[in-house]
Amino acid sequence: MLEQLNEIEKTALDALRSVADQAALEAWRVAHIGRSSPLMLVFAGLGKLSKEERPAVGAAANRVKAALEAAFEEKVREIKEAALAKSLAEETLDVTLPGRAVHVGRLHPSTQQLRRVLAILAEMGFQVYTSREVETDEFNFQLLNFPPNHPARDMQDTFFVEAGERGENPILLRTHTSPGQIHAMREFAKMNPDNPPPIRIALPGMCFRYEQITARSEIQFNQVEGLVVGENITFADLKGTLSDFARRMFGQNARTRFRADYFPFTEPSAEMDVECFVCGGKGCSVCKNSGWLEILGCGMVHPVVLQNGGYDPKRYSGYAWGMGPERQLMLRYRIDDIRYFWGNDLRFLEQF
Amino acid sequence: MKLPISWLKDYIDLDGLSVEEVARKLTLAGLEVEEIKYVGLPMPDNKGGERHEFKTSGISWARDKIVVAEIREVKPHPNADRLTLLDLFDGEIEQVVLTGAPNIFHLKGTGRLSKPLKVAYAKEGATIYDGHADGLVLTTLKRAKIRGVESYSMVCSEKELGISEEHEGIILLDDDAPVGTPLVDYMGDAVLDVKINPNMARNANVLGVARELAALTGRELKKPVIEYQTAGEAVENLVAIKITEPELNPRFVLGLIRDVTIKPSPYKIQRRLRLAGIRPINNIVDATNYAMLDRGEPLHAFDYDVLKARAGAKKVKIITRPAVDGEKLTTLDGEERTLTSTNVLVCDEKGPLSMAGVMGGAESEVTEKTRNVLLEGAAWNFINIRKTAKQHNLPSEASFRFSRGVHPSLAEVGVRRGLQLMAEWSGGKIAPGLVDAYPLPPKEPTVTVTTRDVKRLLGIDLTLEQIADLLTRLEFKCEITNNQLQVTAPPHRLDIGEGIVGLADVLEEVARSYGYDNIPETRMADALPPQVGNPAHEWEEHVRDLLVNLGFQEIVSYRLTSPERESRLAKFDEYVTLANPIAPERRVMRRSLAASVLEAVEKNARADSIALFEIGPVFEPQPGDLPKEPRKLVLAMTGLREALAWDVKDSPNFDFYDMKGRIELLLSGLHYPDLSYAPTASVPYLHPGKAAEVRIGDAVVGVFGELNPLTKEKYEFGNAPVMVAEFDLDALRGSTPSYGIIPVADVPPVLEDIAVIVDESVPAAQVEALIRQTGGKVLANVRLFDVYRGEQIGAGKKSLAYNLTYQSDRTLTDAEAAAIRKKIVKRLENELGAKLRS
Ligand SMILES: [Zn+2]
Repeated sequence: MLEQLNEIEKTALDALRSVADQAALEAWRVAHIGRSSPLMLVFAGLGKLSKEERPAVGAAANRVKAALEAAFEEKVREIKEAALAKSLAEETLDVTLPGRAVHVGRLHPSTQQLRRVLAILAEMGFQVYTSREVETDEFNFQLLNFPPNHPARDMQDTFFVEAGERGENPILLRTHTSPGQIHAMREFAKMNPDNPPPIRIALPGMCFRYEQITARSEIQFNQVEGLVVGENITFADLKGTLSDFARRMFGQNARTRFRADYFPFTEPSAEMDVECFVCGGKGCSVCKNSGWLEILGCGMVHPVVLQNGGYDPKRYSGYAWGMGPERQLMLRYRIDDIRYFWGNDLRFLEQF
Repeated sequence: MKLPISWLKDYIDLDGLSVEEVARKLTLAGLEVEEIKYVGLPMPDNKGGERHEFKTSGISWARDKIVVAEIREVKPHPNADRLTLLDLFDGEIEQVVLTGAPNIFHLKGTGRLSKPLKVAYAKEGATIYDGHADGLVLTTLKRAKIRGVESYSMVCSEKELGISEEHEGIILLDDDAPVGTPLVDYMGDAVLDVKINPNMARNANVLGVARELAALTGRELKKPVIEYQTAGEAVENLVAIKITEPELNPRFVLGLIRDVTIKPSPYKIQRRLRLAGIRPINNIVDATNYAMLDRGEPLHAFDYDVLKARAGAKKVKIITRPAVDGEKLTTLDGEERTLTSTNVLVCDEKGPLSMAGVMGGAESEVTEKTRNVLLEGAAWNFINIRKTAKQHNLPSEASFRFSRGVHPSLAEVGVRRGLQLMAEWSGGKIAPGLVDAYPLPPKEPTVTVTTRDVKRLLGIDLTLEQIADLLTRLEFKCEITNNQLQVTAPPHRLDIGEGIVGLADVLEEVARSYGYDNIPETRMADALPPQVGNPAHEWEEHVRDLLVNLGFQEIVSYRLTSPERESRLAKFDEYVTLANPIAPERRVMRRSLAASVLEAVEKNARADSIALFEIGPVFEPQPGDLPKEPRKLVLAMTGLREALAWDVKDSPNFDFYDMKGRIELLLSGLHYPDLSYAPTASVPYLHPGKAAEVRIGDAVVGVFGELNPLTKEKYEFGNAPVMVAEFDLDALRGSTPSYGIIPVADVPPVLEDIAVIVDESVPAAQVEALIRQTGGKVLANVRLFDVYRGEQIGAGKKSLAYNLTYQSDRTLTDAEAAAIRKKIVKRLENELGAKLRS
């Protein structure tokens, strides 16, 4: 009987070796460990054995059953793995085919750059102040120390609005966001006319110049101005703040240079250049070999402007600057045609 | 302003400073050098990767190859009539040089010249410009045979040396030119093109720039002294001046020079004038221009004999006055000009002679025949000159300066400098004295400066002595009294004001003189201002973010458009219209943002799928006042709903409900409760059956829908329908958001479907509202999942199928859910005539 069990085990294991798929395995299971398999018949016949024989045969039969079941489990695992390996081998994608597109939205590049600028300024305590785009001569020029017919007006070619006889105060499209300086100062001064509070604002917005539309010049452009007014504001503060801004915007190694310049509403006035971030100052086509990029105009707020805003220039001082987000984008992305910005061509906009 | 560096060196020693260093110093101090043109002097070598900060052009003259030489004889060419052979001595050897120059042709065959001609001589191997080429082409001289005569070198024209475009003849140098000297040492130059800002008007002359450089370098300004001999009768006995309006003409100075010989100016002077951009005419006209460039005072020369003849037996009397409207004057360019009362004239008793400060008259101008010259230097009102020059479109070197302000003190300096030059170049005799009418001298502002002022505004600590030193370099008079500095502006400046303005003016000079680079960078120590923020701006940025998340591309259009462009979408009677548009199609400020956005859709019509938005103002005119600038939001979508790919070949088009879905998400992102949508046929550009109003509470905040096919026809769009939405951002922002949330339940919901058949005329929103109302709080969500029309339910009917979600804080039994459902069905039947669809 024991020999028969050994034979059953050997036959079953031999048969299992040649099993290669799920169906053959099932057939093997029925044949060798199924209800009517020879092994099960041995179990069924245990009762007929003598008391002496029974323990040894029973133990042997159990051992064989455990062995066959273990072999079966092992085979199950083997076949699964083989099947998986086969399917992995078959299911290979061409990973070089393009991915499926999704409709995505984007901000206009000018908005993106305005946000970068305003975010840096916000961290420095500058709050956003916006004002109207169609202005009076008084706010765009006169209160900013551009008297009528002053030569400084040649610096800003202006679109005027047909509006009947308004003498020396015609309606115009603002040429800079600076009228907001007067609006803001007057608003702040109203909070406490005897002791106007300090001011630290950023003035973003669309401005207009009478220009031909070419690759280099546009009739509209965004500007961001900054205005600081307080009782202890110096030209050294102006240099510090704007150099900090330049390092935040163009990189911590950005070097700045301040050149004397002229704007009617600031004095002293300056132009801030940043060392060319394309060539590191060595000279390239972006900086026209100069090594410097003109980034913004700035200066100490002119006493007449402070006065017009309701701030006593004997007590208060301030500084202001103006810069163009489109110009910054043109430098950063080497855009050589300013007309792209309002051209609304998706092939341009989708690159940002 | 074009500034030859050789001229600058008349007034300041620039030894040890390169041209670029000079340019850099000027640029940093506010006299921006826009270009450097080299005319002989060595150009910077940029080969080693060294940057050149300035736009650079021009030519350098090799010291050993281009020298001063003299022509000793002009001989005929054996084989060519138009060519000559020169006996030329270059300082080392005498040789034969071939030339075709016409300006020495008359000397051909006249034998040994009694006075040799000094010329610029380029030897074999010299690099110069090709005189015959168009534009500037460099060429190197090589040996060649021309009509049988060997040629290897040449006598140069101005064009060949890069001085001017002139190639009509060779340069004839002044007699004192030293033969054999490298030409670069004799007259090598570089021209700085300096931008003159309005506040730098005082520096629109060589002495002004030299003065700035002296201050910036601490070098000495070699201020010239004007001295000359006089002879004959004093000018005041011959001429009188009457100024009628001192505000317009604060000063008028006249000088006289007799017996001048009109001829060309010395070559050195002609060359400098050309480099400065002024064409040499003759010694008298050149003297007026040279003196102007030198000192900044525009001068005008009259032919004295013409004035004398006009005056008859009487003394010449010069009168300055405003013109009479319609008065005429022929100016020296030959144009007859009709004047207005805002123009100022220089007249004699017979009538107008010249347009003050702008252009002289033809009759009294200096000609070849002039013998006696009356020279005018005057001061004019800069705003008046600016208006006149603009009115008559007469920009000139004179009006450029006068329209920016020239100090009256320069009228006298200018006339004396002009007379001196005329005497030197023409052999004339200067009459003693000047006639000087000076009814309105400018104020001499004195400004008080303290160390505290400098600290307060510039942030630097300077002593009064240091401040005084910085200002004295710029010729301010400084006096220290009682710990204060009394500063008086020098008599060539009109840009220094009084009081607090004067202080700013003076501190700017302190800062420039000190050097902006030397002022430290500090962080503000001042108090942080009240933090009021800008909620409107922040909200608008949030709207942008929501729209970007919904797949819309932001665009920015021109504010300027034309009524015709907008009329495709909508017609408006009134516009904010420009008085000076650049083009008819950009002559008004837009009324419709949707028109701008649709133009962008049209422009991108080739794209498969477009979803755009723009946020910005439109401009509503108000009679006689500033326009209103309400802010709008416009969305537009058209094309394929799904992006095509290699395995996605087709997609349905965007339709009404795509747009509506996005609007719903936008508004829920803004947390507006109480939204409703109602059909509208009141927007002409929208399809009357596919358009809706968006309401928050009772307020209409926007409209959207499919573009009316009649409107669509006017654009070049694709075939797909175009969806447009237009919101009034101010109204939208004015709505009150609600920020509550619905708690997320722990117990599982009970889900149920319900389908009801209603008449077509019953809006879905009404069915849903009734379901929600009846279901009460337990009915957490109602979602329409199907709309069905068909024979099964009969014509004029539709079936609406909803998922209902019952949610309570405890588990609901099926019986409880069934009871609510029963109530809902009953009300739908009773109130909307609905039938439960089984
Ligand atoms: Zn560069």
